[in-house]
Amino acid sequence: MMTPAPAADRRRLRRRHWRSRFMLALTAAATALILAPLFLILYYVAREGAAALTPAFFLQTPRPVGMPGGGMANAIGGTLELLAIAILAGVPLGLIGGIYVAEFRRERFASGVRFAADVLNGTPTIVVGLFIYAVVVVPMRRFSALAGGLALAVIMIPVVLRAAEEVLRGVPKGYRDAALALGASRWRMVAGVVLPSARVGLVSGALLGVARVAGETAPLLFTAFNNSFWSGYIDQPISSLTVQIYDYAISPYASWHAQAWAASLTLIAIIVGIGAAARLTFARRRKGMA
Amino acid sequence: MSRLVRDASRRAATPRRRFGDAVFAWIARALAAVAPLLIVGIGWQLVRGSALTRHAFGWRFLSSSAWDPVFSHFGAWPFLFGTLVTTAVALILAVPLSIAVAIFLVEQAPFWLRGPVGYLVELLAAVPSVVYGLWGIFVLAPWLQRNAEPWLAARLGWLPLFRGPAYGVGFLAAGLILAVMIAPYIIGISREVIAAVPRAYRDGAYALAATHWDAIWGVVLPAARTGIWGGVMLGMGRALGETMAVTMVIGNRPAVSASLFAPGYTLASVIANEFTEATTAMYVSALLEIGLVLFAITLLVNIVARVMVWRAERRWGGRAA
Repeated sequence: MMTPAPAADRRRLRRRHWRSRFMLALTAAATALILAPLFLILYYVAREGAAALTPAFFLQTPRPVGMPGGGMANAIGGTLELLAIAILAGVPLGLIGGIYVAEFRRERFASGVRFAADVLNGTPTIVVGLFIYAVVVVPMRRFSALAGGLALAVIMIPVVLRAAEEVLRGVPKGYRDAALALGASRWRMVAGVVLPSARVGLVSGALLGVARVAGETAPLLFTAFNNSFWSGYIDQPISSLTVQIYDYAISPYASWHAQAWAASLTLIAIIVGIGAAARLTFARRRKGMA
Repeated sequence: MSRLVRDASRRAATPRRRFGDAVFAWIARALAAVAPLLIVGIGWQLVRGSALTRHAFGWRFLSSSAWDPVFSHFGAWPFLFGTLVTTAVALILAVPLSIAVAIFLVEQAPFWLRGPVGYLVELLAAVPSVVYGLWGIFVLAPWLQRNAEPWLAARLGWLPLFRGPAYGVGFLAAGLILAVMIAPYIIGISREVIAAVPRAYRDGAYALAATHWDAIWGVVLPAARTGIWGGVMLGMGRALGETMAVTMVIGNRPAVSASLFAPGYTLASVIANEFTEATTAMYVSALLEIGLVLFAITLLVNIVARVMVWRAERRWGGRAA
């Protein structure tokens, strides 16, 4: 049997409900506050970048200050080449590491690998640059696209590894059981059943890794260095959008600043595009499985 | 795979198949070993490369403020100081806001809003560091110099933190940018661990007449505490090692200053700025030792962070990271 609450209790209850509503409203305000810089950055990049996006930006190489025109064609090409090297070196290693961690998860070493991948993922990218400088640039005696691509690969490996692990864990247990019950050996089960059924998810995991490294600058500063000219050579310094943005941003010239904004817009478009591709493939996988 | 099938499969295995599986397992192990080997390799290269300065200066390297490449006097204190101050500013700003955003996303936001807001938060992490830096140089720093820093100095100038000339570039600018950059990491983990707190905990709180906020503050957050701290430590690791955005807005002056308005330097920025210009063996060694200090700090922070997140995961059986 309920007794009516005294007026003081009712007031206190009402006050607590108001406080609850107020605090929750504050969380909404915090969300707006955190997202405000994102919108500001995107706004400035779009406004300043669009103004400087000319055909020359995509077709020409850098020119000295004062000369009209000049663009970042070689930097765009360089970024693509660096990403290609990073994919070739990083995706297979990350993928096989992910397969190992997912398929042999009961082994103690598997948790060690997973832990190492997480720690590697949190290692400052500039430190990765120093490492590649010591093991690639010094023996080769020069900055090179290879060194830059390998630095990006080191950063990419843990991302791909963990993403692949997640995807492989999602493959239904029945698939594995069925393969083994048909007499398949373990590696036949993985290669013939698990991997094909997880294919789309693995592609999306690899794309996540690419998106993560596409915007990296610090590990390229003293590995890939920079180059004012076209260079496809793997053993020569190469330009990249990110390093070019940095060099232009800290220069004193307005025309270079404008190009840095344009390059930022291009870079963000590339990264968001890769991310969207990863999302789309992943969404398709989920629909296919449902 | 179920034990029954596994055992049956093992019994049926011919020697040849067993051999094939062993080869597969060892190839996988060998290639997976790349991740731990990289960590060992990074540490070893930095230790080896910094031998000159480690022997010349010993532990004084960490406490000395000398940075004179011409006379080969090197000390890391101004850089260490800058890294710690900018990280502290970033955490003070980002932690409460990020936890609030995580609460909003799990508890408060209407369902149609959760996906888009979550995507935008992830986008914060996808914007390249160098673009944050570009924006910092041309938008944030001038605004700080003209508006925010004079305003702070007028109201909070009695604190040494907010005194002195407004440079725009400096500890405050770097801390602000870092706060925005690490927020998505803290939000991501906090969101997962808050969502993993069992429904029954909340129901129990409601049954005791708790309001929504009482339940969050009194029950959900304490239950998610370990995981949230793990997320904070992860964010801290990012802030300590973040390079480009900080290099572009911190002013690059190796000075220890009480004022947040003053320009400074960080461990990561001095490597980024000076490594390609380092001409003497001592200079290179000093920068590699700075890299070693940075690596050691972030390694420690990341290990602690991961252990915390894992403990939180095991508690609820969810997968937070």
